[in-house]
Amino acid sequence: MSWGFLRDLLSGVNKYSTGIGRIWVAVVFIFRLLVYIAAAENIWKYEHDEFECNIKQPGCENVCFDHFFPVSHIRLWALQLIMVSTPSLLVVFHVAYRENREKRHNQKLYKSPGKIDGGLLCTYLISLVLKTGFEIVFLVLFYKLYNGFKVPRLVKCDIKPCPNTVDCYISKPTEKMIFLYFLVATSCLCIVLNLSELSYLIFKYSMKCYLKRYIEKCQ
Amino acid sequence: MDWGALHTILGGVNKHSTSIGKIWLTVLFIFRIMILVVAAERVWGDEQDDFVCNTLQPGCKNVCYDHFFPISHIRLWALQLIFVSTPALLVAMHVAYRRHEKKRQFRKGDQKCEYKDIEEIRRQRFRIEGSLWWTYTSSIFFRLVFEAVFMYAFYFMYDGFRMPRLMKCSAWPCPNTVDCFVSRPTEKTVFTIFMIAVSSICILLNVAELCYLLTKFFLRRSKKAGNQKHQPNHENKEETKQNEMNELISDSCQNTVIGFTS
Repeated sequence: MSWGFLRDLLSGVNKYSTGIGRIWVAVVFIFRLLVYIAAAENIWKYEHDEFECNIKQPGCENVCFDHFFPVSHIRLWALQLIMVSTPSLLVVFHVAYRENREKRHNQKLYKSPGKIDGGLLCTYLISLVLKTGFEIVFLVLFYKLYNGFKVPRLVKCDIKPCPNTVDCYISKPTEKMIFLYFLVATSCLCIVLNLSELSYLIFKYSMKCYLKRYIEKCQ
Repeated sequence: MDWGALHTILGGVNKHSTSIGKIWLTVLFIFRIMILVVAAERVWGDEQDDFVCNTLQPGCKNVCYDHFFPISHIRLWALQLIFVSTPALLVAMHVAYRRHEKKRQFRKGDQKCEYKDIEEIRRQRFRIEGSLWWTYTSSIFFRLVFEAVFMYAFYFMYDGFRMPRLMKCSAWPCPNTVDCFVSRPTEKTVFTIFMIAVSSICILLNVAELCYLLTKFFLRRSKKAGNQKHQPNHENKEETKQNEMNELISDSCQNTVIGFTS
């Protein structure tokens, strides 16, 4: 069980997405998942070992690390990727439900089970709203937990058992900051794509409804 | 999920590339991605652990390492490879869009559609002309830009492509100027030069492909212009026939519509 599982799940979603949805899947795979696995994971690999405090007091380093990194950046990043990808499964489940229904009743109930209309449109819109919501929640969480997206070189710690205020040094702060900014940029890009897709779908189906009503009125 | 997934995605683009494009893709996967994963990652694997500074001052090593390596070579290469591979997706998306249109035409039962079944549409290889030519050329242009930008970033950040054995560091909290020693500097220099050389080869391949496409484009245009000059009468006869057919079709359509509304 690894990221490959998520990749396979999302490849299924691609089939039932709009054009913008497919661009979103490509951005998530290549600029977020691939960058995470190929580059980012290794930067944070030995973060605890390489976190160094200017003190010999046993336990001080552990306590300070835990205080400044309640949840590691890389774990938050992984959680964000998983939570943001999951709402798309609602669409897959709804299409599977439609196909099952057609099989059970042994007749064609829908023009095409994968076509985005009716109930599937609502599910799709809900998945888009959830995706955008999760992205924003995680960005706010990152900002609040770490006081912005900067990673300082030095943090001052005075929690017991550290005897006084102690200097603690974080490893690779510049590299971590660069990748955090990259994460934020791709997150914002995904939010923009989701909002465009939402507007596009709402506009398209409102126009369809409006034209239908107008034609019915004329007749 | 790893570089193999990227290989799967880009493998689809290979079918619609020129021969130079196929060579570029092979060079990318064998001499860059594979070398990165199989060799280079091991060389840089212990970079911070074995980065040693001649001081016992806690924090000095961390700070000096961060000062000399704002972003590790290996991460920069990974980003470069990802960015350089991405423009090919534009071509993949364009091809997918064209296939989708052909499938729609086929399903509508359009007589213009010359395919026998959907499988043939899936397997068909599109020629690089028309709007696909523009997409393909733009993707090569962006590839060139990304390669150049990353090579410059590399040169700028590390003052050349050599990895020194010794670096002198005086960033706080190091008490004075301190000697810091990089692990495996020669091996790192060798791999850096190798990656830069392969990057340059990829740039040359992209430039060659761009020139080839432009030459083909201008040759095709001059051929078309030449054909039009030599056979105007024949073209006119064809046009008149088409015009007559169009008129017949529009007349029959009008009659059908009038009949339906009345």
